[in-house]
Amino acid sequence: MSLFWILLLSAALFTIGVLGVLLRRNAIVILMAVEVMLNAANLTLVAFARHLGSADGQILAFFVMTVAAAEASVGLAIVLAAFRLRRSVDVDAFNRMKW
Amino acid sequence: MIAVLRLIWLVPLVPFLGAAALGFAGRWLSRRAVGVVACGSVALAFLLSIAAVGALSGDLAGLAGAPGMSVDPGARRVTVHLAEWLAVGGPGGVSAAWRFLLDPLSAVMILVVTGVGLLIHVYSIGYMAGEERGYARYFSFLNLFTGMMLLLVLGANLPVLFVGWEGVGLCSYLLIGFYYTEEWCADAGKKAFLVNRIGDMGFLLGALSLFTAVGTLDIGSILNGAAAGQAAGGGVTGRVALAASLLLFAGAIGKSAQIPLYVWLPDAMAGPTPVSALIHAATMVTAGVYMVVRMGALFAVEPLALGVVAGIGAATAVYAATIGCAQTDIKKVLAYSTVSQLGTMFMGAGVGAFGAAIFHLVTHAFFKALLFLGAGSVIHALGGEQEMGRMGGLRERLPITYACMLAGALAIAGVIPFAGFFSKDEILWGALSTGRVAIWLVGIGGAGLTAFYVFRLIFLVFHGEARDPALAEHAHESPRLMTVPLIILGLLSVFGGWIGAPKVLSLGGDWNRIGHWLAPALAPAEGALRAAGHSAAGEIGAMIVSLILAGAGIGLAWGFYRSHPEWLERFTARFDPLVRLARAKYHVDEAYGRLFVQPYFTLCRTAREFDARGVDGLVNGVWRAVDVAGHFGRYVQTGFVRNYALYLLIGAILLLYWVLP
Repeated sequence: MSLFWILLLSAALFTIGVLGVLLRRNAIVILMAVEVMLNAANLTLVAFARHLGSADGQILAFFVMTVAAAEASVGLAIVLAAFRLRRSVDVDAFNRMKW
Repeated sequence: MIAVLRLIWLVPLVPFLGAAALGFAGRWLSRRAVGVVACGSVALAFLLSIAAVGALSGDLAGLAGAPGMSVDPGARRVTVHLAEWLAVGGPGGVSAAWRFLLDPLSAVMILVVTGVGLLIHVYSIGYMAGEERGYARYFSFLNLFTGMMLLLVLGANLPVLFVGWEGVGLCSYLLIGFYYTEEWCADAGKKAFLVNRIGDMGFLLGALSLFTAVGTLDIGSILNGAAAGQAAGGGVTGRVALAASLLLFAGAIGKSAQIPLYVWLPDAMAGPTPVSALIHAATMVTAGVYMVVRMGALFAVEPLALGVVAGIGAATAVYAATIGCAQTDIKKVLAYSTVSQLGTMFMGAGVGAFGAAIFHLVTHAFFKALLFLGAGSVIHALGGEQEMGRMGGLRERLPITYACMLAGALAIAGVIPFAGFFSKDEILWGALSTGRVAIWLVGIGGAGLTAFYVFRLIFLVFHGEARDPALAEHAHESPRLMTVPLIILGLLSVFGGWIGAPKVLSLGGDWNRIGHWLAPALAPAEGALRAAGHSAAGEIGAMIVSLILAGAGIGLAWGFYRSHPEWLERFTARFDPLVRLARAKYHVDEAYGRLFVQPYFTLCRTAREFDARGVDGLVNGVWRAVDVAGHFGRYVQTGFVRNYALYLLIGAILLLYWVLP
């Protein structure tokens, strides 16, 4: 499989993630979309690692996964707290931080 | 006994301590304790002065080589080094130390300042007894004033002298504005301070120009430099000496209220009357005369400098006397009288009769303090009335005050054998014997006017019928605390002049004690100038002329205000514009207002407008710009998380576009 197709897949996944973040209103779905974006980046890293014959990209992908796990736990905690406050996980309900 | 010379710095320090004690702890002291501390500190300074002067007149040889002192037995000059101050550049460099100089000149001054000052302090206890507020404050300032004046006359270098110089200016501000709740009193204090500052600027420039030329601020070294410059053409050259002495004289003009800076002194009447006595007699205004005499050798380098001193002095003497003739406020008459008498002193210094100027300073301190304290006694008796038009007929009601003021009036009018006669005539003879006939003519003119206005005061206040019977009815003689100082000063005004009686009147002896006492201190300055021949007949002739003029002045006052009132009416009708001009003080205050004060206010207003519009406008413009930017910028902050995510995306894309090749 050539690098091109893998990168194309990665870009598609990233775009899906971005659109998910921008368009969806459910906070949990937004978090999932963020995970998709992170994994798209991981895919790119691994693809380049294989293409260049170096382990660096793969190692970096592990770090990203760790960070993503931490991010998911913090994000879910915030969503839970927000839900307790408003009985909703609709992000448009949380628009008080403005002028 | 001789050890007291080493402690000469205690003389100013003791009143300072008194001022500090009264200033910081006065509110917890009883009135009696305040009076005791205030008078005690000055009395102690007076006793120390007497002891020091006694030691100075004795054998000084034993002091040679004493640590911290330098002694010149020939010139009777003792310098005491107390502490370093403003030392710059190590041992070989410049320093202005706390050094005190006691020589015959400063000896006379400290005796006058502490002696007359003590009497005024005692008198003040009686005068201020009815004062509800500020009793301790008043005496604290009075002590500070005395201390500053003592520092001024004892300073051995110009910086120390300058501290005292500014100190008396400060104290005059504090005391003239003593009734600071009255706006005009506070204004008078400010006026005194500001007008003095103009002169002080000149003094400072003069001192600094001397420093640039000679490299030292020590008075003795400067005067030696001036003398050496005269002899060898080096040291203080003529041009430097001229500039420096004129600048120093500008300071003296401010402090001693000469034309054109005399305007503050008449307004200084806003303070309590004993303060006027202190300012006019013992402290403050005599500082200028003292300084000119102290720097006499410098002034003597250029005849022009002394000519300016004599000219301004003579002009002021006669000019202020004419205003004094037309005033109706008892204290204003005396104020202009002081301006005029100070002019006479400068006239003496200007013709080279430095000793006579100091002698007149001493006798003037006696009789002017007496006249002011007497006026205070009258005002006290009449419950604060100062208009002579409402007085009259007080002779029987205030017998002691009357007798004392009469002695003072005779002394200032220059009637033989009262104190003023000897000193004034020595000055006038100094002018005539050195060939300055014009100065002499102006001087005797001023003397005649002086006799007129002071007896006008006496006749208006004490003689005739009471013009306001209700006021006169309650008049009563002042308490003994006030009359005793009056009597002492009265005796000094009668007999004080004999310490300087001229040789021609000494019945074959030589009674001019003060002249001989001052001679060693003034020799460098007077030496070159007093070479003129001495003619006993001429001196007696000049005395007779001035006595005739004094008699004429008194007679005219008697005619105008006692025997022939119609003369006065005819005179005022005939010379109406002139009389009104003199009564309005020649509109000088108004002219200064137009020429200096109003333009200055205009400048201030312009500056304020510039500040309000220009500077503030710039600052306000900055915050307005930020405000407007924020007003529009805040709409970016929607509060919706997805909006922020979109901004992030756009930012990331732009960044990538910029980073990627």
